[in-house]
Formats: sequence, C-alpha cells, structure tokens
Amino acid sequence: MTTLTKRYSFAASHRLFAPSLTEERNREIFGKCANPFGHGHNYCLEVSVAGDPDTSRGLTMPRASMDGWVEDSVLDRIDHTHLNAELPEFLDLVPTSENVLVVIEAWLREGWHKHFPGQALRLAGLRLEETPRNSFRI
Amino acid sequence: MLITRKAEFSASHVCSDPSLSPEENERLYGRESRPHGHGHNYVLEVTLRGDVDPVHGMVLDLKALKGIIRDRVLNVYDHRFLNVEVPPFDRIVPTAENIARDIWRRLDAPVAAMGSTLHSVRLHESDDLFVDYSGEEGR
Repeated sequence: MTTLTKRYSFAASHRLFAPSLTEERNREIFGKCANPFGHGHNYCLEVSVAGDPDTSRGLTMPRASMDGWVEDSVLDRIDHTHLNAELPEFLDLVPTSENVLVVIEAWLREGWHKHFPGQALRLAGLRLEETPRNSFRI
Repeated sequence: MLITRKAEFSASHVCSDPSLSPEENERLYGRESRPHGHGHNYVLEVTLRGDVDPVHGMVLDLKALKGIIRDRVLNVYDHRFLNVEVPPFDRIVPTAENIARDIWRRLDAPVAAMGSTLHSVRLHESDDLFVDYSGEEGR
C-alpha cells in the first residue's frame, strides 16, 4: 500500500465566535480568538492520496496533477482571505481548524470529480496545522 | 506497539522514462525529468511493529535497527546518483514511490531475521513531499 502526501500552505484570518452565544460565553470558550477584528495564521495542509503505482511510471499521481487539484479546490479559494467574511461556508459555522478541515475535505472531494472524471476518489487523509503547535487530522 | 527510527541520506536522480517524449516526461515528472539530474536530502523513517519484551522492555533494540538501515540503505544510497549507481534504478524510474518500495525490499528480510516486523517506510523527498509504503498487502 502506497500513499503520497504533499504539504501546502495558505494564510487566512478568522474570528472564533458563535453568534448564538453571549459575548461573555464566547470569551470563556474562545479567549483571545474571539477578539472582534479577527487574527491570522499561516496554515499548513497535508493532503494524502492512496494508490500503488506500477513501477514503470512510479507515480501514485503526477505532482502537477495533485497540485492543480489542491490549488483549484482549496488554495485559490482560501489563501489570503478572512474566513468569516469571505467564505459562505463559514456564515453559520465557526471557523475552528476542525471545521476548516471538514470544509476542505468537502472541497477536495468535489474537486476530485472535476479534475479526475471517472476515477474513484483516492483521498487517503488530511492534516491541517493551524500553527506549528496545533494540528488536526482526518 | 510501533517504533520508528529516522535516518538521512543525500542522493541525486532523474525521473523520466526513455520510451516517452520529453513533453510527456515533463507532464508526468515536471522538473524532476531534467536530464542531468538533481539532488535531495532524503529523510527516511522506518517503523517496526511488535510487542514489548517483558524482560528488556523493548520491541527491538533501536541500535540494531540503526545498523540494518546503515548497512542495507545508507551504504547503498548515500551520495550516489541513483539512476547510474544504484540498481534497480538503472531500469526503473527513481520516484519517491519506487525508492520507498525498494527500501522496503532491502529492509523486510533483515528486520524479520531480527525477529521483528516491518510496519511501514516513510520517505521524505523534500519538506513538502513524502511517501508511505507498507508492503504489497499493507500491514
């Protein structure tokens, strides 16, 4: 079993704030992440695809095809944005890294069929680093 | 329990298939297909799986694994041009996938001879690309 993982980065800002909760409760849960004007991170995203290549080509996937899929599905949408203000996915969803990862997974699944029509999805895993100290995996 | 030992080697390679046109090689392999080769600082992580010995408290002495990796991989790969100096890469393209698979083949039997089980091989070609290989069946 072979998996290929590539690492991508993007920068985005967000505010962690649940409108259904009071100001005080948001402050308790999210601390400084609830500051009203938001703040940013350099996120790193690891995307893994599965597939045993035949040795004559030796590629689980050509790197340029993988980059095209991830750039088009994720990076072009999310890089240098304010998540709460610019992405409809986060209108009613707090942009925690957990939720960002779930949204990214949906984008990659949808983008796969556009980039590789007729091929079964081979997404094998995702890992998101919000900072070098905090990471999330599905 | 899984235990992992890390090692590094530096090597050069070219990724292209001589039966394909330069354009097709560029499409499949990008800059990796440039004809004179280029190098990487590869990082290898070798993971074994086993039970902890009740007496010595280890799955396998990592010194022993270090020695196997040195003898079977680093002594063969380090500071070499893979396509020219390290079979089977005179015949097959040395992508990270094929290198990980070759390293697995070099380590599987010696690890088994030590009474342990190879679980996976992770090969980092650069900071932003790595491959995991866990055998034909997956372990």
